[in-house]
Amino acid sequence: MSLGSVPLKYKISIDRDQCMKCMRCVDNCSYGVYRVEDDRILIDSRRCTACHRCISMCPRDAIMLQEKPVDYRSHPLWTAEAREDIINQARTGKIILAGMGNAMDYPIIFDRLVLDACQVTNPSIDPLREPMELRTYLGKKPAKLEFTKSDKGDIELKTELAPNLKLETPIMIGHMSYGAISLNAQLSLAKAVAKTGTFMGTGEGGMHESLYPYQKNMIVQVASGRFGVDINYLERGAAIEIKIGQGAKPGIGGHLPGEKVCSDVSCTRMIPLGSDAISPAPHHDIYSIEDLAQLVRSLKEATEWKKPIFVKIAAVHNVAAIAAGIARSSADAVVIDGFRGGTGAAPKVFRDNVGIPIEAAVAAVDQKLNDQGIRNEVSVIASGGIRNSADLAKSIALGADAVYIGTASLIALGCRVCGNCYRGLCPWGIATQRPDLVDRIDTDVGSQNVANLIHAWTLELSELMGAAGINSIESLRGNRERLRGYMLDEGMLNVLKVDPVGA
Amino acid sequence: MCGIIGVIDRTRARMDGSSIKKALSLMNERGSGEGAGYVAYGIYPDYPDCYAIHVFFDNLVEPKSKVDEVLHKWGRIVHQEEIPTYEQPCLKREHIPWRYFYKPYTEFIVGSNNPAEDIVKHLVMTVNSTIPGALIFSSGINLGVFKAAGWPEDVADFYRIEDYKGYIWLAHNRYPTNTPGWWGGAHPFNLLDWAVVHNGEITSYGTNRRYVESNGYKCTMSTDTEVVAYLFDLLGRRHGLPSEMVVEAMAPPFWDEIDMLPEKEQKLKRTLRLTYGPALMNGPFAIVVATSKGIVGFTDRIKLRPLVVGENGSRLYISSEESAIRVMDPDVKTIYMPRAGEPVIGRFVQ
Repeated sequence: MSLGSVPLKYKISIDRDQCMKCMRCVDNCSYGVYRVEDDRILIDSRRCTACHRCISMCPRDAIMLQEKPVDYRSHPLWTAEAREDIINQARTGKIILAGMGNAMDYPIIFDRLVLDACQVTNPSIDPLREPMELRTYLGKKPAKLEFTKSDKGDIELKTELAPNLKLETPIMIGHMSYGAISLNAQLSLAKAVAKTGTFMGTGEGGMHESLYPYQKNMIVQVASGRFGVDINYLERGAAIEIKIGQGAKPGIGGHLPGEKVCSDVSCTRMIPLGSDAISPAPHHDIYSIEDLAQLVRSLKEATEWKKPIFVKIAAVHNVAAIAAGIARSSADAVVIDGFRGGTGAAPKVFRDNVGIPIEAAVAAVDQKLNDQGIRNEVSVIASGGIRNSADLAKSIALGADAVYIGTASLIALGCRVCGNCYRGLCPWGIATQRPDLVDRIDTDVGSQNVANLIHAWTLELSELMGAAGINSIESLRGNRERLRGYMLDEGMLNVLKVDPVGA
Repeated sequence: MCGIIGVIDRTRARMDGSSIKKALSLMNERGSGEGAGYVAYGIYPDYPDCYAIHVFFDNLVEPKSKVDEVLHKWGRIVHQEEIPTYEQPCLKREHIPWRYFYKPYTEFIVGSNNPAEDIVKHLVMTVNSTIPGALIFSSGINLGVFKAAGWPEDVADFYRIEDYKGYIWLAHNRYPTNTPGWWGGAHPFNLLDWAVVHNGEITSYGTNRRYVESNGYKCTMSTDTEVVAYLFDLLGRRHGLPSEMVVEAMAPPFWDEIDMLPEKEQKLKRTLRLTYGPALMNGPFAIVVATSKGIVGFTDRIKLRPLVVGENGSRLYISSEESAIRVMDPDVKTIYMPRAGEPVIGRFVQ
C-alpha cells in the first residue's frame, strides 16, 4: 500500500502585486522550486529547502516562506519529525542522511554561562588605548626552561622550542575538504585566513593547486582515507592534522558521493573520476593509542620535525582520557570537535545522538591535562558549534587555546544553514561542484566577508577581555574565575569547574 | 587599594621594626584597618638552620595536637613557643599565634632535589587544607611573618615588631574586599623562603591558580596573592630561574616589543613566554617579593598600581608611596619610578 506523501516542509508564496517577474528566483533556485509557464512563475514548494537564495536575491521582497505549513495532530512524543523519519525509512529501508550540525533541541551550555567584568577594585582595560594581545602559539611547549653555561660563563638558553603555529587571533577555520565544499569556497576562506593572520584546514581532500599561494596559512589533513596525501601535500601545510573523528559523526568514516568527484576533485584527492570517496571508520593503521603515536612520529619524520601535528577527535564520553593519551605522544595539539560540529553529510542518527557538547568536553580535557601537569605542554583547540565571540571567549575560559569555526565561516559566505549540503546543489556555491553554482562565489567578496567576521569577533574578544581586566589571551585560557554558570545543575558545574552566578 | 613597602639593607645590617611601622601607618589612607602585616628576614639567628613555622591556632587543644602530630611524623621540633603578643585596645584577638623551630627528616622522601623544603611545603599544604583551626602562615628559615586584622600600628604593637631585627622587611596595609577581618587574609604571604606583599587584583588568578595546582600546590587562603608566592617558588626554586626571569615570566614584554629585539634575545623571550604563559599575571598589581637572597619589586605590564623606589647607601626601598619611604629614611638620596613590568632588584653585596 502506498504511504502517500508527507506534508510540505516549507511553503513558498509570491506576492504577485510586488513581483516584477525579473525571474531572479527562477535562475537562482538550484532545487527547481520555480518554473515559468505562460509568463507565470509557478511554484513547487515541495522542493524548497529554505536556503533563502531566492528570497535574498528578490529585489522586491516578494517571496514569503512559511515553515511547517501543514499541522500534524500535535503529540509530545510522536513529533512530526519522528513520524516523517519513519515514513521515509519504511519507504526506503535506508539510513537517513543529514547535513550541518546536530539539530536536536539539547540545552546549549554556552548560553548558560556568563562572563565577568571589572568594577572599582580593578580597572577595565580599553583596547583602543592600551595594548591587547590575542596572539596565540599552537604547538608543544616545554615544561620548564633549561640553561647551560657557555665557556665564557654566559648563561645560554638550552631549551629548544618545538615549531609552533603563530596565530594573530585565536580563531581558525576548521577542515572542510575540497569536494565537500567548492574550490571557490575554499579559496575565499584561504584568502581570509591569510588576511587575518590565522589558519584554515584543507579537510581530507588534498590541496588544489590554486590554494598553493595560501599554503602558509593552511593545515593539511590526514584522515582515514588518506585522500590527497603525498609528501608534496604534507610539506605544503603549515601544520598537519590527523583526523580520527568528527563531532557530527563520531565513530564512523566519511562518504563523498561519486557525483561530486569531478575531474579536479579526482586529481586533488588522487582517486578515479566519479568514484565514491569512502573514508573508513578507523584508520587502518591505528588500532590503539601507540599506533597513533607512531603515525604522529612518522609524519614528523617525513617532514623533518618542522611542522606541528594536530590530532582531531570527536568529543565522546571518555574524551579527557583520550586527549591525555594523545598529549603523551609527540602530537602538538589536540582538536576536540563537539557534537554540534557541522558536516557535509552524516547519518542523522549520529549527527543528533552521538557525542557530547564541546563546552563539557573542552573543560574536561583541560582539567585532566591540568591534573596530570601537562596542560601547557600541548595545545587544545575547541570546535563544534561556536557561533559568536562570546562562545569563543567562553571556550577559551573553559580551557581552549583556540577554536575552529566551520559553519560560521560558511554563513559568512552566504550559507543559510538549510542542511542540504550532501545533495551537491548548494545554491550559494558552497557545498557543490556544479560549475554554474560554484561561480556564484566571488572569492574577493567572499574572502572579505569571512575576514570581516574574524575581524569583528577579534574586536569583540578584545573588548570582552579588556572589560575583564585582561590584556593577554593566555590569562583568559582556562580562567574559570571569569565564568559563572547560570541555571546549570551542580553536576554540570562540577564538570565545567565553574561556580554558579552569585558565588 | 592597599599600601606596600619593602626595604633591604644590602650589607645585612639589621634594622628593627620601628621605622617600617611608621612608614606603613603613614599609608593608612590606603588601608581600612582590617589587615596589616610584616615580614622580616634575619630575625632568628639563634635557629639558623631551623624552619620557623608560624601558626594561627583557634585553640591549643585539637588543632595544636593535630599539628604537633603531623610535625612529629616528618621531623623534629627543636623549640616551640607562643609568639609573644601584647593586647591592643583596637585589635581583637582571633587566634593564638604560635611558632615552631623545626627540622624535617630529609631521608623520608625520595626523588626530590630539596627534600627539606619539599617536606615543609607538604606540611604547609596539608595543615592548611586538612586541619581546621590551624593555619601555617610563615614557614621559612630565619624569617617570620607577623600579621593580623587591624591597623598597621596596632598590629605592630601587638607583636612588638620593634623587638625584631632583620635585614629585609616587607609590610602591607590592607584594604580588603574579599576576606575582611580574617587574619590569614592579611599580607605578607609566605611559603618557605618566599614572602609576598601585593597591592592589586590578579585578573588571571583562575589561570595562575590552575597552573600552580597542576604543579602540586594547594590554594587555601581564598586570595589571589598566595599564587604569587607559589609561582615564585615554582619558577624560582623548582625551575631554578633567576629572579629577573621569574619577573619577566609574570610580567613579560608585549609581543610587539619582543618582535623588535635581536634574534637571540627574541628567541629567549618568546620561549620564556610560551613556556610560562599560564604564569603571566594580569590585572592591576604592584608586588614586592622577598627571599633570603634579596627583594624584587615589579608592577603589571601597564602599571595600573603605583610603585616607587628609593635608595640611600646600602638601603633600597620599594613602596606604594614616596612619602612612606621618606618617613622611613628622611635622608633618602635617589627616588625614581620604575617602568611597567620592570623588575627592581635588591641583592646583598658579597
